Amino acid sequence: MNKPRVKLPDSAKAGDLIEVKTLISHVMETGQRKDPDGKIIPRNIINFFSATFAGNEVFRAELQPGISANPFLSFFMKVPGPGEFEFTWVEDGGNKIVEKIKLNVT
Amino acid sequence: MLGADWGGTAERRHAWLPAQDDEMTDSIASQLLDRRQFASGAAALAGLLVSSGGLGAQPAEPAWQQVFKTLVGDTKPIEGKVSLELPEIAENGNTVPVTVSVESPMTATDYVKAIHILATENPQPGVATFHFSPLSGKASAASRMRLARTQEVVALAELSDGKFLVGRRTVKVTIGGCGG
Repeated sequence: MNKPRVKLPDSAKAGDLIEVKTLISHVMETGQRKDPDGKIIPRNIINFFSATFAGNEVFRAELQPGISANPFLSFFMKVPGPGEFEFTWVEDGGNKIVEKIKLNVT
Repeated sequence: MLGADWGGTAERRHAWLPAQDDEMTDSIASQLLDRRQFASGAAALAGLLVSSGGLGAQPAEPAWQQVFKTLVGDTKPIEGKVSLELPEIAENGNTVPVTVSVESPMTATDYVKAIHILATENPQPGVATFHFSPLSGKASAASRMRLARTQEVVALAELSDGKFLVGRRTVKVTIGGCGG
């Protein structure tokens, strides 16, 4: 569950502008919906995402219930050199999902 | 109320006492000043109540505008400089692809700090905030958002020099998201 997927180019050179695409499975329950008994289903979303490369921040996002289920995020990075990405998703309640992926820099 | 009464007494005293005593006039002046300060404070408080929707008589400002004002403060955002890509018609309001971007050199001294996305007719107008860094290379990000009904989506970009840019786009929604 909550298995994240990240798409990076197969390889990149220093100075290249690359697109990073991320997706994670999550209900993103808004806290606005009601169950069949009329009770509000409590909010449960991924409220924060961050991406660092070789320890430096590339991109981060604060998310609200207005983001669709299975949140997709894509952004860019100018490759500074070889290094590893660290992606973090934070759920309401503080649970974190972390994924580390090395970028193939040629 | 108490402040106003005090000021009134001082004025009356001032009217039938010859105000030769410097100390006396000083004290009257300071009391009058207090009154003015009190009046402006009361006006500010009334303004606060109106803006927070505390007084039922005034039409409440839309929630998204309150969020917008909190973000921009006193600065006036420049219109039309944020590219906001959204479908003209969204058949499913539960998942509407959105891409925001701003032309910027993205150097350490001149870059886009953040882009805020607001949905003007959603129950919660704030949708997401994307933060960039000079490492980003390009101030652009994409996601998928929920739209409760046909509405205008607003993207507000915050630049490293403190300026704000804004882009707007109306999306027709066939079946609304965030349904209950």
